Amino acid sequence: MIAVRALPNPGTLAESVSARDRSAVARALNLLDDKRPDARRYAARLLATLPADRLYRTGHLIGLTGPPGAGKSSLTAALVQVWRGRGLSVGILAVDPSSPISGGALLGDRLRMLSGELDDKVFIRSLACRGEFGGLSAEVWPMSLVMLAAFDIVLVETVGVGQKEIDVSKLTDTTCFVAQPASGDSIQFLKAGIMEVPHVLVVNKEDIGLAAKKTLSELRSTLKQPSDDDDWRVPALSASAAQGTGIEALANSLEAHRSWLERQGLLGSSRQRFQAEWVIKRLLEEFGRFGIECLGGKTVLMEKLMDTQGSAFDQYDLLQEQFLSDCAGETASLAR
Amino acid sequence: MKNNDKEVKRDRPWLMRTYSGHSSAKASNELYRTNLAKGQTGLSVAFDLPTQTGYDADHPLARGEVGKVGVPIGHIGDMETLFDQIPLDKMNTSMTINATAAWLLSLYIAAAERQGVSPDQLQGTTQNDIVKEYLSRGTYIFPPAPSVRLTTDIISYTVHQIPKWNPTNVCSYHLQEAGATPTQELAYALSTAIAVLDAIRETGQVDASAFANMVGRTSFFVNAGIRFIEECCKMRAFVRMWDRIAKDRYGVEDPKLRRFRYGIQVNSLGLTEPQPENNVQRIVLEMLAVTLSKNARARAIQLPAWNEALGLPRPWDQQWALRMQQVLALETDLLEYGDILDGSPIIEAKVQELVQGAEKEMRRVREEGGMVQAVETGYVKRQLVTSHTARMRTIESGDLNIIGVNCFTETAESPLTSGTDSGIMKVDAAAELEQIERLKAFRAGRNDADVEAALDNLKDTARGGENIMESSIRCAHAGVTTGEWSNVLRNIFGEYRAPTGIDISAQSMGRSDTVELLRERTRRTGEDLGRPLKILVGKPGLDGHSNGAEQIAVKARDVGFEVVYEGIRLTPEQIVKAAEEEGVHLIGLSVLSGSHLELVDDALKRLAKLGLSELPVIVGGIVPVEDEQNLKAQGVAAVYTPKDSDMNLIMADLVNIIREHNGLKRFEDAA
Ligand code: B12
Ligand SMILES: Nc1nc2c(ncn2[C@@H]2O[C@H](COP(=O)(O)OP(=O)(O)OP(=O)(O)O)[C@@H](O)[C@H]2O)c(=O)[nH]1
Ligand SMILES: [Mg+2]
Repeated sequence: MIAVRALPNPGTLAESVSARDRSAVARALNLLDDKRPDARRYAARLLATLPADRLYRTGHLIGLTGPPGAGKSSLTAALVQVWRGRGLSVGILAVDPSSPISGGALLGDRLRMLSGELDDKVFIRSLACRGEFGGLSAEVWPMSLVMLAAFDIVLVETVGVGQKEIDVSKLTDTTCFVAQPASGDSIQFLKAGIMEVPHVLVVNKEDIGLAAKKTLSELRSTLKQPSDDDDWRVPALSASAAQGTGIEALANSLEAHRSWLERQGLLGSSRQRFQAEWVIKRLLEEFGRFGIECLGGKTVLMEKLMDTQGSAFDQYDLLQEQFLSDCAGETASLAR
Repeated sequence: MKNNDKEVKRDRPWLMRTYSGHSSAKASNELYRTNLAKGQTGLSVAFDLPTQTGYDADHPLARGEVGKVGVPIGHIGDMETLFDQIPLDKMNTSMTINATAAWLLSLYIAAAERQGVSPDQLQGTTQNDIVKEYLSRGTYIFPPAPSVRLTTDIISYTVHQIPKWNPTNVCSYHLQEAGATPTQELAYALSTAIAVLDAIRETGQVDASAFANMVGRTSFFVNAGIRFIEECCKMRAFVRMWDRIAKDRYGVEDPKLRRFRYGIQVNSLGLTEPQPENNVQRIVLEMLAVTLSKNARARAIQLPAWNEALGLPRPWDQQWALRMQQVLALETDLLEYGDILDGSPIIEAKVQELVQGAEKEMRRVREEGGMVQAVETGYVKRQLVTSHTARMRTIESGDLNIIGVNCFTETAESPLTSGTDSGIMKVDAAAELEQIERLKAFRAGRNDADVEAALDNLKDTARGGENIMESSIRCAHAGVTTGEWSNVLRNIFGEYRAPTGIDISAQSMGRSDTVELLRERTRRTGEDLGRPLKILVGKPGLDGHSNGAEQIAVKARDVGFEVVYEGIRLTPEQIVKAAEEEGVHLIGLSVLSGSHLELVDDALKRLAKLGLSELPVIVGGIVPVEDEQNLKAQGVAAVYTPKDSDMNLIMADLVNIIREHNGLKRFEDAA
C-alpha cells in the first residue's frame, strides 16, 4: 500500500506548463478536475500563477460545435494538419456526452483526431460532460486556460444542437458551427433565434454533393450580415474533412475572426468576462446565493472581477477569504 | 435425388481443410505436406499479421508478430518455398487474405508460373472480403472506396484469367465471432455480396455473360454456432435468399449459377478455456448444422481444435479436428441420403422466420445507403457490439448456459493440459529473426532497377483506374516485398480506422444488484480520488481481436467508469501517450495475438520514461500461465484470460487495483 498521493505544487506546475511541458499539462488538467477541497485551492493557485500574457493576449481559443456525427472530430483532425503545417501547436478538449444512469462515459473521439504520425505538439484530453453546466463541464474553462498556456491553439469540441451551442460560445474566442448536410435543424434554430449565431459556419461533407450545397445556401440565406463595416461578418463555408477540401479556408476564417477580436480590443476582455463568470459560478457553488449576496451581489462582483488587472483567480482566493472572515460565521461550517 | 430413390449414391464428401501456417514458409510447407498425407484434401493458408496488414518482417509494427499466428510471406521466394513439392495445378488452395489479397494472389500466380503452371489451371479461393475486416477481423489497411476497388479488380481479373478461382469469399463467419445473431449474419453477408457485385457491375470491366458466371463464382464463408437446429435453418435460409437475389437482382437464369456455395468454420467464440475437452462436443454438433441438409450442405469444412481458447493448436490437435470430419463423412451414413429435412414444417417455419428477419435488416442497411455506407457510419458495428453485449449479459446472468463456465464448473484435473507444453503450440521466438535475415538476403539478391520499375508501374496503375493485378504480378516476379507493395498503395489510397461501435446506448446495461453495487464503488472511489475514475483500454500491436476490449469498455462504462478506447492496432507508444494526455487511473491492455510479452514490456518501459510507472497496468487476452507470472514480475497488476468470464468480478477488481495504487483500502466483500 502506497501513501495517498501528494498533490503537485501549483507554482512549479504552472512553470512547467508555461514551459510547454506535456506531462505537466496532463497533471495540471488532472488537478483542475479534482474536486477535493485541497485540490481546488491548489488549482486556483495554479491558475493564478499562469502567465497573464498567455491567458489574455496570445493564443486562440476555438469552440467547434454541431450536431452528432457532423464531422467535428474529422474536421479537427484536418485542421490540426493545417495548423501543424503552419508550425502551431494544438491542444484539444473533446467533450463527450456521458451516460446519465451510470455516470460512466465512452470517450472514443480521439480516434478521428489521430492523423497518423505521433506528434508531441498535439495534445488531446477527452472529457465526459457529466451532465452539468448546461451540457458543458465546469472544468472546461479552466482546462482551456491551462492548455492556452501551453499550446498556440486550443480547440474545444462539443456536441451541440440548438440551445446547447451557447455554452461553448461563452467560453471561446471563436465559435465555429459545423452543419450536417441535409439536416434542417440548425437552420431552423438559427432562424428562430434559439441558437446563438456562431462566428464561423461550415457545412462539412461537401464531397457528398448536392445536399451539402443546398444546406450551404440555406444557411447563407438565414444569416443577417451587419451593416456596419466594423462588425464581424459571419462566413458560411463549405468543406470536406474526408477529402481535405476547404480546410485551409476554414483555418483562415477562424484566424480572421481572432484578428478581428484583437483589432476591436475584444480578445482579452471577453476572456476576462468568461473568467469572471466562472469565478462567480465557483463561489456560488461553494457558498451559495447567500455567499454571493454577502460579497456584494452578482453585478458588483462581476464589475470587480472584470476590473482587476491580472488574475481573477487571485480575486477568487481573496473573495474566499473575505467570505470566511466577513460573513462566514454561522454558515461556514455548513458550506465547507 | 429423392430419398425413395433406390439407387441413392453416396454423396461426395466436402473439402476438408485445417487452417494452418506458422513460423516460416519452410516450416509451413512441411506441415502442409504432412496434412495432405493424412488425407486432408485442400490447403487453407493462415498468414501472419504483418503479411495480412502489409508490413515486412523488419518493420517496427511487425515486432513480435512475425510467424506467430500464421506464415510470413514477404516475397516470391517465400511463396515458392511454401508450395515446394506441392503441384499447384492439382492443389486447391484457400487463402485467408484480404487487404493484401491482390498481392498474395499475385505471388501465388507468379510462384505457379515458376512451377510451369499457367494461371488458368489454378484452383482456390482468396477471401478478399474487406467489409468484414472493418466489422470484425481487423486486417484492413485502406479506406473503403479503394479497398472495394481492389476487391473488384481481383474478381474481374480472375473471372477472365483464372476461371476456376473463387475470387471472393463473402464472410459472415467473422461476424458471428463478433457477436452477430443468425439474422444479422444472413443480412450482413448478403448485403456485402450485393455491395461487391453491384460495384463490379458499375466498373464495366465485365460483360453480361461473364457477370452471371461471376455471380456463380461468388462463394461464402459462414459460421455455425451451438444452437445447431437454428443454424441448420440459417443455412437453408441462405440458400433460398441467395437464389432469389441472383435471379431477381442479377437476372441469372441458370440455377447452377445461383447456388449458395459456402465453406464453413464452426463457432469458436463459444469454445471455452475451462474444461476445454467439452469443445469437442461443441465442434461436432456445430458441424451437423452445416452437413445435415443435403441441399444446404457446406462445400468445405474447417474445424477449430479442442484447445482453441488456450492458444494455437499443435499438429495433433489439428489432426483430431480433421478426424472429426472424416468420421462424420466416411463412417456415418449421412452422405447416403437426400435432404432429410425437406418437408418438415418446423424447419420450414424457422427458415421463414430467419428469411423475414434478415430481409428486414437488409432493408435497414439499404436505408443507411448500402453495406459500405452502413459500415462507415458505424451502424453495423454498433449492431454487432450490441448483440455481443446482450450475449455477455445472458452468460453473466446464467440465462445462457455454458457448461464448465457458468454451470457445472467442478472438474477433475485434465490430462490434456498437464503436458510439458501445456497443451498448445509454441512458436519459436527465433522465427522472427530468421525471417528478417532471409528477407535481407532476398533484398540483397534482387535487381533493384527491376524492382523500381515494377513499383513505378504499380503506382501508375493505382493512380489510374486500370486493374491492379497485372502490375502486381510484375512486382511479384521483380522481387518486390509485401511491405513495398503495400506502402505504394498506402501512400496513394491513404489509411483508414474503422468505427469501434462501442458507442451503443445503455439499454442492455443491466440493473442487477451487483451492477448497482459496482457503480456505487466506482463513484465512491472517484470521490475519494477527487475525480471520476477514468481508464484507458488499449489494443497494442497488429492484433485485431477487439471483442474483449469492446466488452470491457462497454461494461466499464456501464458501471460508471469514464473509458477511453480508440480501437485496434495502436502502437504501445500511441497508447502510452494517450494514457498520459487523458489522465487515466489505469491502463488495460488487451492482446490475443500472442505478442503480449513484447508489447507489454514496451508499454511499461515507455510509461517509466514518462514518470508514470505508478499507473497500474493490467493485461487481458490469450495469455498462457507461465507468461502470466512473467508479466506480473514485470509489474503488471493483474492478468485476465477467457476463463475470467464474469466481467462483474473483473470490474470489482479494477476498482480495487486503482484503490490500492492510490493508497486506499480495498473493498473487501466480493462483488
Ligand atoms: C472471436 C475470435 C476471433 C474473431 C475476432 C472478432 C473480434 N472483432 O474480436 C475473428 C474471427 C475475427 C478472429 C480472427 C483471428 N484469430 Co481469433 N479468436 C477468436 C476466439 C474464438 C475468441 C476471442 C473472443 O473474442 N472471446 C470473447 C471475448 C469477450 O473474450 P476475451 O477477448 O478473451 O476477453 C476476456 C478476457 O480475456 C479478458 N480480457 C481481454 N481483454 C481484456 C482487456 C482488459 C482491460 C481486461 C480487464 C480484461 C480483458 O476479459 C474478457 C472477458 O472475459 C479466440 C479463441 C478463444 N475461444 O478465446 C481466437 C484466437 C484468439 N484467435 C486466434 C487467431 C490466431 C486469429 C487470427 C490471427 C488467425 C489468422 N492467422 O488470421 C485471426 C486474425 C485476427 C486479427 N486481425 O488479429 C488465436 C490466437 C493464438 C494465440 N494468441 O496464440 C486464438 C486463441 C484461436 C486459436 N487457438 O488459434 N478471431
Ligand atoms: N462523406 C464524408 N463523411 C465524413 C466527413 N467528415 C466526417 N465524415 C464521417 O462522418 C462520421 C462522423 O464523423 P466524426 O468526425 O466522428 O463526427 P463528430 O461530429 O465528431 O461526431 P460526434 O463526436 O459523435 O458527434 C464518420 O463516419 C466520418 O467518417 C466528410 O467530409 N465527408
Ligand atoms: Mg466527435
